[in-house]
Amino acid sequence: MDLYAALALQIVYGVANLVLISLGLAIIFGMMRVINLAHGEFLMLGGYTVVISTNAGVNIWIAMLILAPLVVGIIGLVVERLMIRFLYGRMVDTLLATWGLSLVLIGLITTIFGAQTATTISPPIGAVRIGGFTSSGYEIFLIAVTALLSIAVYAVLRYTKLGLLARGTMQGAEIASALGVSTGRIYAVTFGLGAAVSGLAGGLLAPVTGVLPTIGATYIAKAFITVISGGAAILSGTLSASALLGSVNSVLSYVTGPTIGEVGLLVVAIVLLRLMPQGITSKFFRKSL
Amino acid sequence: MKATRRTFLKGTAATAAALAAPAIIGRAQAADPIKLVSILDQSGGLDIYGRPMVSASEMAVAEINEAGGLLGRPVELTMYDPQSTIQLYTQYATQAAASDRADVVHAGITSASREAIRPTLNRFNVLYFYNVQYEGGVCDKNTFCTGSTPAHTVEKLVPHVMNKWGKKVYIVAADYNYGQIIADWVQKYVAEQGGETVATEFFPLDVTNFGPTIQKIQAAKPDMVWSALVGGAHISFYRQYAAAGMKGSIPVASTTFGLGNEHQSISAEEGNGMLTSYTYYEEIDTPRNQAFVKRFKDQYGGADAPYLNELAVRSYEGIHLWAEGVKAAGTLDRMAVIEALEGNVTYDGPSGVISIEPTSHHATLNAYIAEVQDQKFNVLEKFPEQKPTDTMQVCNLIENPNQSAFLFENGLEAAGIK
Repeated sequence: MDLYAALALQIVYGVANLVLISLGLAIIFGMMRVINLAHGEFLMLGGYTVVISTNAGVNIWIAMLILAPLVVGIIGLVVERLMIRFLYGRMVDTLLATWGLSLVLIGLITTIFGAQTATTISPPIGAVRIGGFTSSGYEIFLIAVTALLSIAVYAVLRYTKLGLLARGTMQGAEIASALGVSTGRIYAVTFGLGAAVSGLAGGLLAPVTGVLPTIGATYIAKAFITVISGGAAILSGTLSASALLGSVNSVLSYVTGPTIGEVGLLVVAIVLLRLMPQGITSKFFRKSL
Repeated sequence: MKATRRTFLKGTAATAAALAAPAIIGRAQAADPIKLVSILDQSGGLDIYGRPMVSASEMAVAEINEAGGLLGRPVELTMYDPQSTIQLYTQYATQAAASDRADVVHAGITSASREAIRPTLNRFNVLYFYNVQYEGGVCDKNTFCTGSTPAHTVEKLVPHVMNKWGKKVYIVAADYNYGQIIADWVQKYVAEQGGETVATEFFPLDVTNFGPTIQKIQAAKPDMVWSALVGGAHISFYRQYAAAGMKGSIPVASTTFGLGNEHQSISAEEGNGMLTSYTYYEEIDTPRNQAFVKRFKDQYGGADAPYLNELAVRSYEGIHLWAEGVKAAGTLDRMAVIEALEGNVTYDGPSGVISIEPTSHHATLNAYIAEVQDQKFNVLEKFPEQKPTDTMQVCNLIENPNQSAFLFENGLEAAGIK
């Protein structure tokens, strides 16, 4: 019984983990149609922000929850102004440009901090006991933060003026512009928000996975698979795809082994996209965000 | 036949070259350097391993030259950076042999890179040294492997941890050739000691979530976890293991932890108490080693210098051992150097006295067991001059000098060991 409780927690964590690494990409790729191959590097930069600021004496909670999204959000704004804004509507070109950006970021961080893992920070919450099993308390915290983050993204898109303008701009930039919306600014802010969410995720994951310049590569494929499987409605798409793929991965990892777990995730995604080429939200949750 | 201007020019050029040749050769013999080519990744994914090896190689060659060179000639080091790309390894190996006319090549980090260049160097009859810890099993007259193999490390650590912690072992390993073969060796040595392997799990190199496995380990209740995890992503395991409160209840042993400086990447709390085995630790307490460490750190960045792990020191000692072989042979002739190295040549290095075990062409090395303590290693036990008994089971180059194979490529079963 304890085992099932511990395992259920692992499944929920596996799902939350996917949501966390995909949400920033869902905003930038799912909503703005910018194929952001530097998404993994945004996560990596969030991690480095936490490591550097905690080494400088900043409280780890402030570093993770405030500094990481702030710093990466600003980097996102700069990137949007200098590069992305010339490429809207040209998806393949955004792919090439952000690929180059990811290589530059990896090279830059390697040059400054070296190729090695750059952290000695540990999860700031200890273990919790579930009957005869122990589990990481920090994982439970991550599950809670992911839930709050999803609610916050929903609230911003659904109930704020910025959310309305952003959704309108992404659906029809010319009409929005004709109605007096400063679409350039909306694009910049949305991209910055997507980057900030990625930075927050990277910062939160740093104590569990560590940070090294090339860590982005371990996230990028899964993030894209999740967002594409989710489909057009970014939030419900990301959540439903994460729920499906994350559970498959965790259960198979437990029953067989991690190799089959990873393969299983991909097989399910392939079958899903064969049956629903536009992702889960093309059939289900169609009117949702 | 008509003598055109072109054939005439060719003829005179050839004659002139022939006349000048004795002068060139004569002059060359006096100062002509001995050519040592090193091919190691200084960029790309493997550079964290390659860079300290490059520094250590430079230092070894500089020391040989300071002591007057070999056979009265200086040693010239040529370095190539294959950028963690296998194609470049083959390209540079060909260049080293065919155009640089290397007298010896010290090269390769992964088994894949070694297997890419070994046939090339054999074809050109160029002596080859591979100075990296690996899974064992190379059997080749032209190749010397000075790195440690499972017999040096796994075989020593298994009885030690089983005496200390118990008989039930849970193995987690990286899912590629090295991890699979090391897991085989761990199982074999555990069985020989009367122990039991309760489970073996393999992880793709980019897996970062170890949660389900940590629950599984708790359900299986082993006496210890044996980790053969490799690379940056896998460091997550040690963090998550500690975060789940497992450190106190089920201890961890490993012969890969530390090679990527993992002990400095995770906190003291997360690492303390782990047991490891290598053939070298920076902390080895001998005057010879302390002098070596001091010289290396002075030369390469002082306090910022990387932790000196087994990989760097094997490169350093591999080059010195080759130099001792040349001195003993008194010539650079390849077969003479091979025979000298198969004989009584030894080198007293920072890790202890090393030599070549003649039937396998692998090194006889001191092995050590150390405990991780506050991001350093605390050396507990020493096993002097251990032979590469794993590879010796399948390889005999004295009786069968034409063997040229990587016998564990398809696992121990294929090599007839399991």
